Amino acid sequence: MSAARPSAASGLDRCDAVLEMVGGRADAIVAAGRGVTALTRFANSAIHQNVAEDNTYVYLKVIVDGQYAAATTTQTDAVALGRLVERTIAAARLRPADPDWPGLAPSAPTAPVEHWDDETAAASPDSRAAVVKWFVDAGAGLESAGYCATNGMWVATANSAGQRVASRHTSATIDGIHRTGSSDAAASSTSVRLSELDGAAAGAAAATRARASAEAIDLDPGVYEVVLSPSCLANMLQFLASAGFNAKAHLDGTSFVHLGEQQFDTSVSLWDDAIDPRTIGLPFDHEATPKRRVDLVRNGVTERVVHDRRTAAKAGVASTGHGLGQESFGAYPTNLFFGEGTGTQDDLIATMDRGLVVHDFWYTRILDPKTQVVTGLTRNGVFLVEGGKVGPAVRNLRFTQSFVSALGPGKVKAISADARLVGTMHVPSVHLAAWNFTGGAKG
Amino acid sequence: MFDLAGAAVESALAAGATYADVRVMVMRTEGMSARNGVIEGLRQSESAGLGVRALIGSSWGFFATPVLDRASATAAGEEAAAIAKASTMVSGPATRMAADPGGATEAHWQSTWIEHPIDDVGLSEKGDLLVEVTKRINDAGVALADASYAIWDTEKWLVSSEGHRISQRIVECGAGMSATAIGDGETQRRSYPGIRGQYGTSGWEIIRKIDLLGNADRIASEASALLQAPQCPSGTTDLILGSEQLALQIHESVGHAIELDRILGWEAAYAGTSWLELEKLGTLQFGSELMNITADATLPGALGSFGYDDEGTPAQRVDIVTGGKWVGVLSGRDSAAHAGLETSGGMVRADGYNRLPMVRMTNVGLHPGNSSLEEIIAATDDGIFMDTNRSWSIDDKRLNFQFGCEIAWEIKNGERTRMLRNPTYTGISPTFWGGMDMIGNESEWTFWGTPNCGKGQPTQIGHTGHPSVPARFRNVRVGVQG
Repeated sequence: MSAARPSAASGLDRCDAVLEMVGGRADAIVAAGRGVTALTRFANSAIHQNVAEDNTYVYLKVIVDGQYAAATTTQTDAVALGRLVERTIAAARLRPADPDWPGLAPSAPTAPVEHWDDETAAASPDSRAAVVKWFVDAGAGLESAGYCATNGMWVATANSAGQRVASRHTSATIDGIHRTGSSDAAASSTSVRLSELDGAAAGAAAATRARASAEAIDLDPGVYEVVLSPSCLANMLQFLASAGFNAKAHLDGTSFVHLGEQQFDTSVSLWDDAIDPRTIGLPFDHEATPKRRVDLVRNGVTERVVHDRRTAAKAGVASTGHGLGQESFGAYPTNLFFGEGTGTQDDLIATMDRGLVVHDFWYTRILDPKTQVVTGLTRNGVFLVEGGKVGPAVRNLRFTQSFVSALGPGKVKAISADARLVGTMHVPSVHLAAWNFTGGAKG
Repeated sequence: MFDLAGAAVESALAAGATYADVRVMVMRTEGMSARNGVIEGLRQSESAGLGVRALIGSSWGFFATPVLDRASATAAGEEAAAIAKASTMVSGPATRMAADPGGATEAHWQSTWIEHPIDDVGLSEKGDLLVEVTKRINDAGVALADASYAIWDTEKWLVSSEGHRISQRIVECGAGMSATAIGDGETQRRSYPGIRGQYGTSGWEIIRKIDLLGNADRIASEASALLQAPQCPSGTTDLILGSEQLALQIHESVGHAIELDRILGWEAAYAGTSWLELEKLGTLQFGSELMNITADATLPGALGSFGYDDEGTPAQRVDIVTGGKWVGVLSGRDSAAHAGLETSGGMVRADGYNRLPMVRMTNVGLHPGNSSLEEIIAATDDGIFMDTNRSWSIDDKRLNFQFGCEIAWEIKNGERTRMLRNPTYTGISPTFWGGMDMIGNESEWTFWGTPNCGKGQPTQIGHTGHPSVPARFRNVRVGVQG
């Protein structure tokens, strides 16, 4: 790959150079990132789009007497960085002062953790193609589609209050489907290390389920027990996180969160922890605040929300290190862990008298953030379970369901112990007492 | 820039590519958002770089770099070809390129604007507008008031191994606002002009035209009233959709379904496929005989307009549905060749220098009919009028959809009666479109802009346009409850 090898030192040097250009004219925070992101995409069982980029950026936010502005550039020569500094200072001076400006993050150390693998950072298109080939070959006679991606990024952040942090992270993912003429099924795997991806195993899992789904039946909509695969639970957590555990939503009054109340089943515990070696990402947020574990739900009781510096100042607490640099959105827990139970997904299915096992959700959209009522569809495999045994495949169904109430007191019948990484969330399968399916393939 | 791009093309060809093209792009963006009288975000960005697309066998190899010098351009060309070669480990039938109906062109095209939204309008004026409208909404008694604008100024230079040398500059912008009233158990929001605002290929004049201040009091009072309004009843009824909601319906259930890359299975794992089968092109009845839809990249001011697509094909107007019959698709040169079409539809775009161009909607819109909205309401004995999108969900074949709107009114004996909250409707695409029996006239025709259409891996955000009018649909299931 042609991109030069970046480092923490070179990233911090770039941040320092920009801070020097700002000088005493303003307070400032600078982030510099550099790395290679690559994605090998396949469809109709062949690689058709194969992309990579030298990913470089500099982000600058300046604050002049409570007035601030932010800007980014992909150009890192001295002339371009000088233009970035002058333009951003000029913009800050033209906007009204922000009465809620919380100040810069103070100097504080980050946890000594790196979610990094040298081989993954330097992965070649051949190594990604090999993983794809294993996935495709595992479904002989079927059509396959999906991608294998590798990423390796360095990120350094420094501010004029003396905070200087830098780290690096890698990730690798194989995510694909196998298709019969009448059914699709998916499997995926994500890791810090490309070498840990088993394309053949993922391909075999998708192929087996696709074949089993080929003769699907129609099922009447209604309320059913469900076993949800980790990808479904991860989908649910995105809504709970962005519209619920986000302190901005909580402060605005649009969140479902009632701190200290038993809002979930006693078996539910949920926390965010970017330091855990099982996850991926950086140990600090966009504002350079070190990340630390935050328990959001413990034994069903909602305990905390996540903050950036703005919401923390409003609430009179310290930032939890979950700022995204988007004040209008608020804070987001990027590395969620859903507490595990016992057994496997198969064990959960074995205890279900009658219900559905769902492997993916699709096109989920929230109808109201406060009730967390969401509509969406099933995808990539739904099966009827009777007497604890997996029966026929079912055609995709539409649901309209409150995600909070689905996990509410008395609603979680079991949680598996075989959690895995879905994106940046570590999630198991769950057996829920009721799920509201509101439509079938015919509407 | 042409020379840099040319160097990258030459190096890709020298490394074994049978075809190569290069886009150099320089993009400036600006966005500001306000909440309750306070500017919460002001962000500007400047991105520049080049992306090389090299074809070997069945696969595109693509490499992008932000470093705009000759050595980096040459290296990027070599890298793109090397990536394409690696794809041969899992290869398919050779990719071919359909003809570009414009031929290998040397040209320049620029969109039009009266007030450049970054250079001619000061940040202070723009910030004052957002602060004032959000304060106005708060003063009307609503707890949460939001307003924002976004601007894109894109310059790009395309060089291909077939001789294209095309430069373009496209300026786009738009704005919107919302009022969110918070009740005990739920929230109610009213947005204006649409769920995200209104966007076009235009200068700041589009934002002056939509008159945010003049509509702030109305959306505030409607948001408050919705908290007290009765729930939308469940059942099957005649449904009238406002033009903004119908624009999203067109986007989701027509626009994505007619993307040729989806029909060919290239997006199967992520965005999905389509219920449309190519062998039925020209014969399938997509909707009622009143349904006429085109994809028109030449509409002045619409968000999906441009001079040339990112393969250098000139902007075109393509018939998609005529008299209810499915007659056209959205295509690029490779997808058109795979489908056996003679020429590209000129609908391939990338959202930055670092992304591979792919099939995107242009301005996919419904042609007007003969009725005003008031005439449609007057002709309806028993129905519901819904307006302004609140939520959207549709399956991976673009068949089974469920939409929520911000507001609705019951229609009884030709008159708009009580307001209804939490309106939703659901259906199956061809059945729904087959039930369309009244369409708004030309005076109601609005070119809605959608600036956030996600597609592809890595994800790209497309800007699409949707000319739309109000329309009536018979026997639609409404009021789906959670």
